[in-house]
Amino acid sequence: MSMKSLLIISRQPPSQHAAREALDVALAAAAFDVPVGLLFMDDGVLQLRQGQDAPAIGLKSLAANLQALPVFGVEDIMVCDHSLAERGMRAQPLLLPVRRVDASEIAVLLEHYQRIITL
Amino acid sequence: MKFAIALLAGPQDPSARTALRFAQAVLASGHQITRLFFYRDAVHLASQLVVCPRDEADICAEWRDFIQSNGLDAVVCIAAALRRGVLDEAEADRWDRPVANSGMPWELSGLGQWVDAMQEADRAVSFGT
Repeated sequence: MSMKSLLIISRQPPSQHAAREALDVALAAAAFDVPVGLLFMDDGVLQLRQGQDAPAIGLKSLAANLQALPVFGVEDIMVCDHSLAERGMRAQPLLLPVRRVDASEIAVLLEHYQRIITL
Repeated sequence: MKFAIALLAGPQDPSARTALRFAQAVLASGHQITRLFFYRDAVHLASQLVVCPRDEADICAEWRDFIQSNGLDAVVCIAAALRRGVLDEAEADRWDRPVANSGMPWELSGLGQWVDAMQEADRAVSFGT
C-alpha cells in the first residue's frame, strides 16, 4: 500500500536550486504513483506569485513545472494562509488553483499523511 | 525496524553531523537502514575532493567510513549531483568532463530511489532543509 506523502515547500523561487528540487520530488513521487500532497508555506508561497520574470535574472521559470503538477496527478495542492498574509499576498491571484489552509487545518494534514517531508 | 534516512543539507550544515549520529544510533539500537539518500547540497558529501584542515573533523570522511564499514546503500541524487559538480566516472565520461570526483561507496541515481525507500521503510526521516 502506498504511503500518502505530504511535501512542504518552504523555499522561494527560483533563485535557489531548492525550489526546483522540491518540485522534482513531487513529480518523482507522482511518477511512482505515490499519493502526494503539496503544502506551500513560509517563503515557499512566493513560488505561487504571478508575474515573476525568472529569465530577467538568467534563470528558468518554475511556472511551467508548477502548472504541470495536476497533469502528473498531484492534485492536493495547498497553501498556508498565514504565510500568504505575512507577505501581503492574501488578496492576490495565484499562479495555480490552490486550497488555502489555516494553522488548525495544517495540524489535521500532518495527521492525515503518513510521510511528511519539508523541502 | 527499517529506516530510510535522507539528508538535504551540505557538509557545512550541522544537520550533516546530526544525521550521521542518528544513523549510527539506529544501527547501534539493532535497527536496519534500508537506504541513505543524499539530496540537494548533501551531494557534496560524496565528493572525494573535499580537504579539511587537519584539526577539524572531516564529515565527508566520517560519512564515507560509516557507509563503507556497514555496507550501506548510499544513493546520491544524480540530478542534484551533476548540477553541483559531483560526478562519478560514468557521468564524467558521459558529460565529457576531465575528472570524476565521486564513486564507491556512493551510488549516483534518481530521485525515485528516495521515493521507493520511503515507501518500503517503517520510518522515513529527513535531515536539513
